[in-house]
Amino acid sequence: MSALIASDILSLLPAWVLMHAAALLVVTPLLSGPIALILSRGRLAWAWALGISIITFMLALVLYGQVLEHGSVMYVFGNWAPPVGITYNIDALNILILLIVAGMGLLSLINGLPSVMQEIEPKDQAPFFAAYMLCLAGLMGVAITGDAFNVFVFLEISSISTYILVAMGGSKDRRALTSSFNYLILGTIGATFFVIGLGLVYMATGTLNMADITVQLHENGDSRVVRAAFAFIVIGLGLKTAMFPLHTWLPGAYSYSPTMVGTFLASTATKVAFYAMVRFIFGVFSTGEPFDGALLELVLAPMAVAAMIICSVQALYQMDLRKLLAYSSVAQLGYMLLGLSMGTAAGLSAGLLHMFNHALMKGALFMGVGIFGLRYGVRRVPDLAGLGKTMPVTAAAFTVSGLSLIGMPLTAGFVSKYYLIIAALERGWWWAVAAILASSVLAIFYVWKMVEMMYLREAPKAKSRARKPQAKAPLLALIPLLILAVANVWFFFDASLPKGLTDAAAAALLGGGAS
Amino acid sequence: MNGEFLTPIDAFTVIDLIFMSMLVVVGIAIVRLKDLFAVVMLSGVYSLVSAAWFVSLDAVDVAFTEAAVGAGISTVLMLGAMLLTARQAAPTKPARHWVALIVVCATGAALLYATVDMPSFGDPLSAPNAYIGLEYLKRTGPETGVPNVVSAVLASYRGYDTFGETTVILTAGLGVVLILGLGGPAIKRKKAPAKTKAAKANQSKILGAHHVVLRVISKLMIPVIIIYGAYVQFHGDFGPGGGFQAGLIIASAIILYALIYGIDAAKEAVPPSLVRLGAALGVLIYGGVGVINLLLGGNFLEYNILNPTHPAHGQELGIMFVEIGVLVTVASVMLIIFYGFTSRQPDIKDKDW
Amino acid sequence: MSSGIEFWQYLTGHFNYIVVITLMMTGLYIVISTGNLVKKLVGLGVFQTAVFQLYITMGKVTGGQPPILEGVHESAAGEAAATVAEHGKAAATTATTHGEHAVQATISIAKTMDDVLVDGVLYSNPLPHVLILTAIVVGVATLAVGLALVVRIRESYGTIEEDELQEANYQHAKGALS
Repeated sequence: MSALIASDILSLLPAWVLMHAAALLVVTPLLSGPIALILSRGRLAWAWALGISIITFMLALVLYGQVLEHGSVMYVFGNWAPPVGITYNIDALNILILLIVAGMGLLSLINGLPSVMQEIEPKDQAPFFAAYMLCLAGLMGVAITGDAFNVFVFLEISSISTYILVAMGGSKDRRALTSSFNYLILGTIGATFFVIGLGLVYMATGTLNMADITVQLHENGDSRVVRAAFAFIVIGLGLKTAMFPLHTWLPGAYSYSPTMVGTFLASTATKVAFYAMVRFIFGVFSTGEPFDGALLELVLAPMAVAAMIICSVQALYQMDLRKLLAYSSVAQLGYMLLGLSMGTAAGLSAGLLHMFNHALMKGALFMGVGIFGLRYGVRRVPDLAGLGKTMPVTAAAFTVSGLSLIGMPLTAGFVSKYYLIIAALERGWWWAVAAILASSVLAIFYVWKMVEMMYLREAPKAKSRARKPQAKAPLLALIPLLILAVANVWFFFDASLPKGLTDAAAAALLGGGAS
Repeated sequence: MNGEFLTPIDAFTVIDLIFMSMLVVVGIAIVRLKDLFAVVMLSGVYSLVSAAWFVSLDAVDVAFTEAAVGAGISTVLMLGAMLLTARQAAPTKPARHWVALIVVCATGAALLYATVDMPSFGDPLSAPNAYIGLEYLKRTGPETGVPNVVSAVLASYRGYDTFGETTVILTAGLGVVLILGLGGPAIKRKKAPAKTKAAKANQSKILGAHHVVLRVISKLMIPVIIIYGAYVQFHGDFGPGGGFQAGLIIASAIILYALIYGIDAAKEAVPPSLVRLGAALGVLIYGGVGVINLLLGGNFLEYNILNPTHPAHGQELGIMFVEIGVLVTVASVMLIIFYGFTSRQPDIKDKDW
Repeated sequence: MSSGIEFWQYLTGHFNYIVVITLMMTGLYIVISTGNLVKKLVGLGVFQTAVFQLYITMGKVTGGQPPILEGVHESAAGEAAATVAEHGKAAATTATTHGEHAVQATISIAKTMDDVLVDGVLYSNPLPHVLILTAIVVGVATLAVGLALVVRIRESYGTIEEDELQEANYQHAKGALS
């Protein structure tokens, strides 16, 4: 059905847009950044960014239609045929990421206007939105490109703009500055490891085009250089993905950054790095060496399980709402990595599906906390007391997303966990099933902690000063939250859009049909 | 992979060995020193020796950039930041030392493990040298007519990477605008209150007044530097150079002006609002060339389309315009960074030096 | 006998890589071991510069020249360019189509010393140079943002030592609890 709608959209657009949709998807937000800087007035820059984000999301839909129609789309920059020039390659795997990033970029931007007006100084608002657009473009550039070195360039556009955006929380809480600096150091080490890995890949193959690297690796065979390259690329991207022991930058960066940035990053940044990891492990290095399998099973899977358990426990002990959600994010990344480490089409598909669902639920939860914060200055768990009565709609949407985070039936979170368990059983990994269930129980506890506060505790009368609304009811902020909450339920009943893409992607990368 | 190639031992090997040993010595000195001033200066030395080694390794464009960036801009930036923060580093704690040592040993071991299968140094038939790199050497002449292959690959074959790179520079400029601010427009008053950022500017203004020789020399120098920048810009097709290096040179001319005549004078000549506009404009010029290619019916950054009858001319034209975009952004962002850092009050008194 | 010679050949052919790796690790050690934020950034610079050296040393060709072509003039380029243009046209029509029809340039890998000469001249590999030019720029951009953050951290915490910063943040968190 969605294919029909997609082709309807396609037929309405001029051929010119269709032909260059891939390039326009990244170039439009990239060029809108400097224009936003010139606009130099906050609301104007926001409106501009909003317009561009809408166009970007539409372009992502156009590409989705093209991928459904043709299977894959390639765009050749400067018309230098690969491997001489740089190409964009879009298939089932990265169109999913592009839809997430473009969609969440748009929704966070709508949701973020009131909070940005409150948190960012007026003179900084236009550059702030410019940095946001560059971050958006950078993330999409990483997801869309078919050139290994181009990944690095766009990874750095998104990373540097992220450091800046996180640091903008520094005017409210100085810990944003140290968090941003930590992120900068670890992120740059990660990027440098990635560059070392690319250097070694280039040394072994002589090329930078991803598809061509695969071909050359196949011809040249295994070597120590290739193995080292693989390890460096996985560690470098692991730092950016916040893979378990390398996740230390994430909680600070997510919790002290401006509200809008936290929402956007939580639902996109690590996903894009995770995508890049999937692309490199199963796409570029798909030579079927035994080394890969052993690494996945002996290194990645234990890390994934450790993240799922340890970070869920850490989330349980957090009193700061955004920090709680941030630790939960690292735990949820564990689920995705677990799916990846299974090395089967079913596992990978489930991991990617969880990535999609996690963007929906974590985006909604961060938006909810943002709205509570905007209205009542809520930052910590006890501040939630009584909000179930005073802000029923927001609280309800927040609760639905929380249930999705646990993986309750009737929410999207259930679907991906279900597939993940099926894939683990197929692989005979009973311990992974146990870990998923244990981590879900922990999630019940930390989500319950918040839900209980909202619905079962009375608002403290003594602190009436803190209970006074600080801002008007932000309808603009509420709409994206409601959309995401509905999506969290919708994708339980009809997961065909993401599931179709993840199955196709997993089948393309690992061969064989997924269930 | 090509076991038959043997790296010859000749005069070049000796030169390389000298550079490499210098780098190792400087590296170890940086590890051991706690005086930040010495650390920063040594990092500049490290970059300069690297640049010299790059020349010996035939990477002239990289050497030029590394010298300008590593030994020039980076060192100046770090000195500026040091001036605003601290002069001594605290001694390393044992726990940190051991953690670092373990990480470094593991990483180093992985790399040393890989060296066994690496191609021999200087092997022309190794995988990296015999494939795409060689293809660029063969194509550049007939397809673009630009003798400097590095310029051609940078601006055309991999022009999209360079577009991203220009955006990275803009992002850094944005970062400094957002994190430090630009310190507002020039202060018209002759005597600013001593505590503001204008104090330092004013001080150098007074110093400048005393140093007639400096003022005269710099007045002579600045036009020459700018002309040299233009030469580096437009000669980038034929020799080492290009928009990035030229942008650094032109920015340094204005920074020199600011050092001699004071920040306020520089801000009057090149106001922060203009610099901010310039940073954005450069990226827009680069992207604009791409968009024009699109409108003319080509792909993004397909310069051939600029001159359908003579594609090589189209390439030259395209490369020239995007290099101008790079120049504008780089020069502007360097000034943004300079203004940003000078807008802050130094924490270390001048007399402490 | 042969193992000694082999080791010597390994050493002469890979000595540069070993030194570059040593330098990389020196930089990485500085980043992790020091608590001083400025020195951390210096270490990051040393680390990154060593990575640049890895790329450049990989692209060096013994007896080669810097990759600036000899004897390329516009008139000489003209003739060949016309044929290239034809080729480009053909590519243009297929490059924008979707799916499996996408073009792939066929490039032969040089097998003999004659293959690597361009108009009879041996050049070093330009591609690593291009990549590193980009990487240098990314490096300085990161440095500028990092230093700007250090300045702000110094202004709001009064120190740039990581241990003292952690202590201050910890005290802050404790203060919020009570």
